[in-house]
Amino acid sequence: MPIYASQQEGRLRPAPESFLSDALIADVSHHGIDEGRRNLLRGAFTAALAGASGLALADDPNIVEVPEWSRSLGKAVATNPYGQPSPFEANTIRRQSPGLTQTDQASVAFTPLQNLFGTITPSGLHFERHHQGWVDIDPRRHRLMINGLVKEPLVFTVEDLLRMPSVSRMHFLECGANTALEWGNSAVPTVQYTHGMLSGSEWTGVPLSLLLERAGYNRQAQFLLAEGADGSGMTRTINLTEALDDAIVAYGQNGEMLRPEQGYPLRLVVPGVQGVSWVKWLRRLEVGDKPYATKDETSHYVDLMPNGQLRQYTAIQEAKSVITAPSAGQKLLSRGYYCITGLAWSGRGSVRKVEVSVDGGRNWREGRLEGQRSSKMLTRFNFDWVWQGETALLQSRVHADTGYIQPQRAALVAERGTRSIYHNNAIQTWRVSSTGEVDNVQVG
Amino acid sequence: MFRWARLWVICLAYLATHSLANEYPQAFNGIGRAATAAELRAWDIDVRPDFLGLPSGSGSVEQGETLWLDLCASCHGDFGDSNEVFSPIVLGNITEADIQTGHVAALTDPAVVRTTFMKVATLSTVWDYINRAMPWNAPKSLTADEVYALVAYLLNLAYIVDEDFVLSSENIEDVQTLMPNRNGMTENHGLWSVDGLPDVVGSSCSVDCEVDTTITSFLPDYAMNAHGNLKDQMRDYGPLPGMQTAPQSSLVRPPQSDSSKMIPAELLALSGCTGCHQANKALIGPGFSAIRARYAGKDAAGYLTQKIKQGGQGVWGSVPMPAMEQLDDKVVEVLAVWLASGQ
Repeated sequence: MPIYASQQEGRLRPAPESFLSDALIADVSHHGIDEGRRNLLRGAFTAALAGASGLALADDPNIVEVPEWSRSLGKAVATNPYGQPSPFEANTIRRQSPGLTQTDQASVAFTPLQNLFGTITPSGLHFERHHQGWVDIDPRRHRLMINGLVKEPLVFTVEDLLRMPSVSRMHFLECGANTALEWGNSAVPTVQYTHGMLSGSEWTGVPLSLLLERAGYNRQAQFLLAEGADGSGMTRTINLTEALDDAIVAYGQNGEMLRPEQGYPLRLVVPGVQGVSWVKWLRRLEVGDKPYATKDETSHYVDLMPNGQLRQYTAIQEAKSVITAPSAGQKLLSRGYYCITGLAWSGRGSVRKVEVSVDGGRNWREGRLEGQRSSKMLTRFNFDWVWQGETALLQSRVHADTGYIQPQRAALVAERGTRSIYHNNAIQTWRVSSTGEVDNVQVG
Repeated sequence: MFRWARLWVICLAYLATHSLANEYPQAFNGIGRAATAAELRAWDIDVRPDFLGLPSGSGSVEQGETLWLDLCASCHGDFGDSNEVFSPIVLGNITEADIQTGHVAALTDPAVVRTTFMKVATLSTVWDYINRAMPWNAPKSLTADEVYALVAYLLNLAYIVDEDFVLSSENIEDVQTLMPNRNGMTENHGLWSVDGLPDVVGSSCSVDCEVDTTITSFLPDYAMNAHGNLKDQMRDYGPLPGMQTAPQSSLVRPPQSDSSKMIPAELLALSGCTGCHQANKALIGPGFSAIRARYAGKDAAGYLTQKIKQGGQGVWGSVPMPAMEQLDDKVVEVLAVWLASGQ
């Protein structure tokens, strides 16, 4: 019988933090954990354990009885030549938002941010956004053409690109329409659907600048048209002056070749810029002196302002953060310590700090940033919290290295209204009820 | 200071990526080759707002209507106004005043559905997109004249040209001056450049800040299960399990690796069928239930195998079904048997 089906919620015995005094819990909740409070916590745990030793604890059958995996021969190497996650992690998959689109080919499957750790998105969980379906391209028949304002139009095979000097860089990829459903009201039940058009990966490929040098591009050119080989022939105008700094013609993602859903065998990587410009199945780059006003720069991916004007070429992803756990749709099982965790990122550089509020933005404390703070890459933050059963409003707020601070939703809406679809980087609120259930709400 | 820092980064990046090219200017000359004229003609298909790249040709509203009804109406509706599959292209929300000013006034009205022609400022965009991406299931199959005709038909539906109009490479620039939202775009914002200025910046207050924490929106109970049981979407052990939003777990996990054992829904999506077919209603092609009803009891699996592999036209209407040659024979067989018998 599968264990996940029979497992009961809750714990056999109270967790150690349940032995803490109310005063100490309140103190830690308000001020966080420092060395002094850490010692108080240790003391409380030791006392609790000493007190508990007199009780007759039930023996754990998972210890005193040998489990089946410890008394049988395991599976052979290469049973799964391409490894798979544990079957017990089957809940961690990409999902569509029902009713969002009427065809599955021009649609979205969202990344399950609520179940992920760190800053690297497993390639198989990277969100999908296609405009006319995804395709399996034979890399031996795929070509990259560079034309337009160049000395000599060129054609590269994938083999050609694999021979050239490569770079590997960590960058986030966020769809310009991430969180689009939340402009008007709380619309979807979990962080997978509110923020799941977001990923972090290590991308490997040839610097765009090197390829354009090879073609002898005109130094006065300011724009680049990137075009895909899929049915939609996806096209986007790239700000060439800036793309020369850090754009990559990528074939690698997290150590392997790109996944087909991510543009195998070639995609453009434009760090800090919205995902639609990271053209997948890249077949052509045209150097030009004017922007191209493609379908996804006129009919879609234009941000409608209250005065009726459409903001065109809204490329950069402004700094944003979100708490991924505890988050909407989850349930806090018992009172006590929780590590509030989330992601922060900036399309203009790196993250300076992240603050967390548990009272809807009235008071803020700084979270811990884990690992390196790479430019235009996700940063993981953690924040210590002891929940005492009160109703709480959880928020996170990023400060970018440019000095920019993530705004509350009300401020963003006051300027842009609720109909601009794209570039919603507002502070997200999760409400924790007194029963521990977490849901998606908006305040103010 | 910031500018200097950026310049320094650019210098470093330049040194990092260009030193090899500088040291050995010929280093990459053997990598990549010159594109031929025919290759450029085949791939350089983009049309810019100033119509650079537009092939010569022409097409009438009347010709466009015929093509439209054959190739486009099944998704977009006879008059481009359908909301069934894609957003409407035209809905009659464009006025004579809009064409005068180049601003579509209805864009400020939240009650009005935004259509393609209310938004698009540049006629080149419409021509370019139809040429590169339409029809939905057979992109890049139209001739230049057919694209002109279809654009002419849409311009007529949007009340921009009369029904006897012939659009051509000669007069397209004149029509651009009538585009209803030609002045409706702005680049006056901070998101085009990495150095652009943000329009809204958050507060830095961190203690006893004056904020309104009134809850203004939340999901009503009935909407909590609209995305399925949330319990099945969270890691199902640990401190933060998912909320039970449906009475029963909907977790069903067939093995993923063997296509013959896949449930049809997954196989249908994976094989591209659901791009045109739905379970119980006609989309671009007939619904699966209608196909099954027609062939019930007729031992039609063999026939349907051939139809899937070779495609066809005329059995269910004028929209052709493309040949699904890329599908594995076993997959086609499974689909055909399922279509014929429901098993």
